[in-house]
Amino acid sequence: MAKSTVAVIDYGMGNLHSVASALKHVGDDVEVIVTGDADKILAADRVVFPGVGAIRDCMSEIKRLGVGEVVAEAAKTKPLLAICVGMQALMTRSEENNGIDCLDVFAGDVKFFGNPLNDVNGDQLKVPHMGWNQLHQVVEHPLWSDIEQDERFYFVHSYYVHAEDESLVVGTTDYGVKIHTALHRDNIFATQFHPEKSSTAGLKLLGNFLRWDGQS
Amino acid sequence: MSLAKRIIPCLDVDNGRVVKGVNFVGIRDAGDPVEIAKRYNEQGADEITFLDITATHEGRDTTVHTVEHIAEEVFIPLTVGGGIRTVDDIRTMLNAGADKVGINSAAIFNPDFVKEAAERFGSQCIVVAIDAKQVSAEGEPLRWEIFTHGGRKPTGIDAVEWSEKMVRNGAGEILLTSMDRDGTKNGFNLPLTRAISDAVSVPVIASGGVGNLDHLVDGVIQGGADAVLAASIFHFGEYSVPEAKRYMAERGITVRL
Repeated sequence: MAKSTVAVIDYGMGNLHSVASALKHVGDDVEVIVTGDADKILAADRVVFPGVGAIRDCMSEIKRLGVGEVVAEAAKTKPLLAICVGMQALMTRSEENNGIDCLDVFAGDVKFFGNPLNDVNGDQLKVPHMGWNQLHQVVEHPLWSDIEQDERFYFVHSYYVHAEDESLVVGTTDYGVKIHTALHRDNIFATQFHPEKSSTAGLKLLGNFLRWDGQS
Repeated sequence: MSLAKRIIPCLDVDNGRVVKGVNFVGIRDAGDPVEIAKRYNEQGADEITFLDITATHEGRDTTVHTVEHIAEEVFIPLTVGGGIRTVDDIRTMLNAGADKVGINSAAIFNPDFVKEAAERFGSQCIVVAIDAKQVSAEGEPLRWEIFTHGGRKPTGIDAVEWSEKMVRNGAGEILLTSMDRDGTKNGFNLPLTRAISDAVSVPVIASGGVGNLDHLVDGVIQGGADAVLAASIFHFGEYSVPEAKRYMAERGITVRL
């Protein structure tokens, strides 16, 4: 039987080494392909949509290479995991870089944390939100399998997602505001945190993704 | 719920081997960086910082391979610093698997380098490393200056003003080394750490001088640091990362256990 395949979408925005290495680490029987080729992405069993850096640069490459269409097409038939700026790119619009239109797969905005940003005690919080914070699982989901409630994951971002439809929110994190840090609809699962940098918990999530058949 | 304070073991690497100097003199060999990074990951370290002190050009290729090997096996954030002078240097390290790069002297020689780097790669991966020493005499208001060349050369630049400028230029994090403490095991320079932490909106990593676990606690509580970096106390087995975390947690600091 042929190995199952997972395509990591390469649209020229930085290091995909980490996410590819982490997927290989958890998926012994999985072939990991890092590619920008639409045919290869659409032929894979699963797709990962990563992203780092500024949203303007990401969106301009996404538009130039037609990545939005590939993501939309892939998500019709197979599980897709969007990470960090990949998640932000799925929203309607981002406040970063004076306002950038995104793919509008999920209705909602990507907002700046604000300055100053304070916690419940009035202490100032640093931006970027950088480090290990707790992920509150709002609902049960196959991707949370074997991961403890309020487990810590690694975050690094200065803008946060707020989805219009709360029913899509599967995970939240508090950092001065309540951030929607995981969204799910149909075949798409999106995380603001970096599972590939979140040690054991992150590897569990990636392993769960490689076993997930999508939809539910 | 709150963000955890980070504990970051630092590997000083020369030609593919981990070393740690005392005030940068009298270096002892502590082994293979990939094995050490894996051990720290297993112990629950929150990040790894890899400081390349290799002097030769050929040695730099070894560094790239070492970073690649670490990134293949260690799934926590990895910062690489030392000798980062050009946009190409940054790209090479990010492509090798680094999540962030530390820029030190290149920022002093060309402050716009940080701006260019942040615009190109995003602030989230640009750490500006600041080596500072107290220069005010006793009785004077406290003042700290940036030093280069391993703490030997003063620059005349005020450390607090510099850190603010670097953040304006796009630094996503400040790695602050108390140069008058580095290697002393007397603890961080706490007034310096507090002054910089209060001055900037981005996270500050305190470094330099850690000799015991109280120093880590002081760096967070008194210094206001978001993360604490140490090398020798971990390398030579005086304390483990879990011990450090438990100690900090017992003193009311939020850590990832």
